[in-house]
Amino acid sequence: MVSISDLSKEEIVGLLQRAAEFEKNPNQRILEGKVVATLFFEPSTRTRLSFETAVNRLGGRVIGFSDAKTSSQSKGETLKDTIMMVSNYADVIVMRHPLEGAARYASEISPVPIVNAGDGANQHPSQTMLDLYSIYKTQGTLDNQVITMVGDLKYGRTVHSLLEAMHFWNPRFNFVACEELKMPEKYKRFCDEHGIAYRETTEFSQEVINETDILYMTRVQGERFTDVLEYERTKSLYTLHNAMLENSKPNLKVLHPLPRITEIDQDVDDNPKAYFFQQAKNGLYARQAILCRALGIE
Amino acid sequence: MVKDKKELAVAALRNGTVIDHIPSESLFQVVDMLGLRNVTTSVTIGFNLSSSEMGKKGIIKIADVEYPEDVLNRIALIAPTAVVNIIKDYDVVAKRPVSLPDQLFDIVKCPNPKCISNNEPMRTHFEVVAHAPLQLRCHFCECVAPASEITLK
Repeated sequence: MVSISDLSKEEIVGLLQRAAEFEKNPNQRILEGKVVATLFFEPSTRTRLSFETAVNRLGGRVIGFSDAKTSSQSKGETLKDTIMMVSNYADVIVMRHPLEGAARYASEISPVPIVNAGDGANQHPSQTMLDLYSIYKTQGTLDNQVITMVGDLKYGRTVHSLLEAMHFWNPRFNFVACEELKMPEKYKRFCDEHGIAYRETTEFSQEVINETDILYMTRVQGERFTDVLEYERTKSLYTLHNAMLENSKPNLKVLHPLPRITEIDQDVDDNPKAYFFQQAKNGLYARQAILCRALGIE
Repeated sequence: MVKDKKELAVAALRNGTVIDHIPSESLFQVVDMLGLRNVTTSVTIGFNLSSSEMGKKGIIKIADVEYPEDVLNRIALIAPTAVVNIIKDYDVVAKRPVSLPDQLFDIVKCPNPKCISNNEPMRTHFEVVAHAPLQLRCHFCECVAPASEITLK
């Protein structure tokens, strides 16, 4: 599994159903005797822990590294050689790599399945699966959702992948971002081509929040700005406070891929509409489903 | 009369391949793409020749060599107007325009510096997503490159 766009609607639904089964019964021995390699060429603690927990709870074993400094890559080994070597030992390879396309390339040379746990700014399909599962679980359906994406819509790969994956279910989008971080033309064109309604606004307004089913917040990163003052101003414009949810729809849920910095105020945490921690937990079930699919386990 | 014969000796090709209607600005890229610096048979390269259709054009005649179709079709990437003539015993036995294949292997360099293909010893792979204007998508990093960003490997 390299990219969410590799999956059909039926395959996504199958994975979501599988994730729901794992949620009911997360501890099973179905990976007993299997070795899963987690190759993290760049650090990503929460994704790695989530995958490794998924393996452990299914009775499998984990090998791997969490930082390229501890791999032979630091000695100049090619990705191909690392993959060929590790594929001698493991039944499936979960990999995170800073370069875009690394997972696709690995999947074409590896004799064992590759699960992409993020390749640079390109794809992060397990995050998209857990986002989809969180929407499905909280709304009871993926159909006809009003999804408001807020913050960094330019560089945030999670919003791009979610947008692409949702096209099967007739969503409507609100893109809320400042000029510097607005949704790239490529994705707006994608919406146009698939008949998906969207509107763009720079204002994180009450009106937008009140019509929303899924409020997908993202982190505005300081390194994207050349002007520090501009960053500080933008950051405060796209912060969610609890009071802003007062007249929102009862089914609204606030999602965030985490880590959160200031874009969701702490006062939102106790609101039942705050769903970001459960969302991260859903990652465990989504990843259990993904690993079983990669290994061909029914 | 003697002068005419000399001209004919350069121009005429008994067997081989003639690539005509190459935009002048792309001529030497085509030369490189076909690796003509390394061929041992006679090669005639015409540069900035006058053309009623194109204003100026380039032409390449390669004696005693026939190229596979997929090799010649790569030329469409930089010279979409090019026409290939196969010559046998002084006769044109086949004539066809070049046409861009749907997939390009190891011809084009990815414009994304963070693409794995620019950081690993490997073949590049692009899919043609649009012909006019030309747009290629990197099979690995999925970036879409317009014609202005496409460079040969």
